[in-house]
Amino acid sequence: MSIQEIQEEIMDEFSMFDDWMQRYEYMIELGKSLPLIEEEFKTEENTIKGCQSKVWVHAELKEDKLVFTADSDAIITKGIVAILIRSFSNQKPQDIIDADTDFIDEIGLKEHLSPTRANGLVSMIKQLKLYAIAYQAQLN
Amino acid sequence: MIDVDKIRLDFPILNREVNGKPLVYFDNAATSQTPQQVIDVIVDYYSNYNANIHRGVHTLSQEATDAYEAARKKIQEHFNAAKPYEIIFTSGTTHGINLIATGFTSFLKKGDEVIVSALEHHSNIVPWQMLCERTGAVLKVIPMNEDGELVMSVYDELLSDKTKLVFTNHISNALGTINPIETIIEKAHAVGAAVLIDGAQACPHVKPDVQALDVDFYVASAHKMCGPTGMGVLYGKEEWLEKLPPYQGGGEMIDEVTFEKTTYAGLPHKFEAGTPNICGGIAFGAAIDYMNNIGFDAIAAYENELLSYATEKLLEIDGLKIYGTSTEKTSVISFNIEGIHPYDIGTIVDKLGIAVRTGHHCAQPIMDYFKIPGTVRASFSFYNTKAEIDALVDAVKKAKMMLG
Ligand SMILES: Cc1ncc(COP(=O)(O)O)c(C=O)c1O
Repeated sequence: MSIQEIQEEIMDEFSMFDDWMQRYEYMIELGKSLPLIEEEFKTEENTIKGCQSKVWVHAELKEDKLVFTADSDAIITKGIVAILIRSFSNQKPQDIIDADTDFIDEIGLKEHLSPTRANGLVSMIKQLKLYAIAYQAQLN
Repeated sequence: MIDVDKIRLDFPILNREVNGKPLVYFDNAATSQTPQQVIDVIVDYYSNYNANIHRGVHTLSQEATDAYEAARKKIQEHFNAAKPYEIIFTSGTTHGINLIATGFTSFLKKGDEVIVSALEHHSNIVPWQMLCERTGAVLKVIPMNEDGELVMSVYDELLSDKTKLVFTNHISNALGTINPIETIIEKAHAVGAAVLIDGAQACPHVKPDVQALDVDFYVASAHKMCGPTGMGVLYGKEEWLEKLPPYQGGGEMIDEVTFEKTTYAGLPHKFEAGTPNICGGIAFGAAIDYMNNIGFDAIAAYENELLSYATEKLLEIDGLKIYGTSTEKTSVISFNIEGIHPYDIGTIVDKLGIAVRTGHHCAQPIMDYFKIPGTVRASFSFYNTKAEIDALVDAVKKAKMMLG
């Protein structure tokens, strides 16, 4: 599936809920399916700055696709990372670089998109794209 | 006695909704809300007599100057300073601390010691670390215990004739502990050290008497005491303020300027370079009037009642731990629920319209002591109610259900 298709799928899933509590509960659920980062990769280097909670992300190139693993010590943050990674993982770096992330707004998590929000979703997106840029350079 | 229903009418912001729920504002230790009486003064200033001060001979300038200086006088009386010019207007606590820390550069030498407490806000740590870097002085720390109280026996051991300065807060922002500043000041003076007290968290709850305390410097922020942001006060004993060099150069702070030599203005202008926050100063005076009209005894009694009520109700929640359990504390509750990140709790309770602070509260050393990433902090003011505390407790229970 393309990034676009995955994001549409996520939007579909979230459209079933009509209040924020259900959306958050679902997001927390999704957090439990996050492909976890290996303990050895939980380093300072792989930590995303700008979050009140800790977030670690690791990226690996498998063939021509980027595979992400991650973790967070806060479960709402973990849910957000899980949603993001589900749409970006197993994709070509160039597609990740080109992807937009408006679907976060669409699924009712707009508040997390504020650049001043302490969960650092904006930093997370930036970091995932930076990985993509770095690996894209390797592929060229 | 506090008539909270009547008081709440003074605060227009308390009528608003957040996420479709009535706002419950429990982040008072970060910034307090502003009563209509203070908002009116701000509007009146910009509507009727906005002008630069101490400069023009015209009527508006004179009116603005009079109002600004009247505010200084009010603040002097509030803190019981001996002289109005011992009151320096600043942009806040942080500015006041930096002004003193910078001023002490030429007074300290290598090997001198300065003492800080383990309970400080970063504002009352970093400027002194910078001072130590400049001078070679050594920073010593009064440790705290499990209850979040300073270990005073260690303070006794740290003090010596090498000690030049001691700085602690009056009340801790992260835990609410009221520190024994009378003893801290007296013992510091006994070895000839000067003392700066960070009163940012105390001034919303108590009325400090700087002469009775015999403190050398006392700093506070208006925005935590019903006043505007970007405004604060530095009290300094006249003898110290005379000795200290100016902090910033510019207009207002000079006597005579030639390219060969400039002589500085007297107190307080020596420390007030540039056009100040004139409206902020006047509004700060109005905020102090507002709080004094309610009365600090009544405020303290009511807030203590809220604190006891909230402590009891929150502790009924399984797995909830309160950090800062001194018997001497103000209406601040820092807590965590076992196995749940404070950020998660803060996010859920915000969805329910409740504003609390989460994180390290600019006091990382305290979090390191407890080996936690941060806490959820609910801080209560005299305009909060028990019904709001019930709403918080329900929200925390709901968060626990969702997150646990
Ligand atoms: C104890 C303490 N000191 C200093 C400060 C800094 O105050 P300001 O940001 O107004 O300068 C605060 C504010 O959070 C505080 O609580």
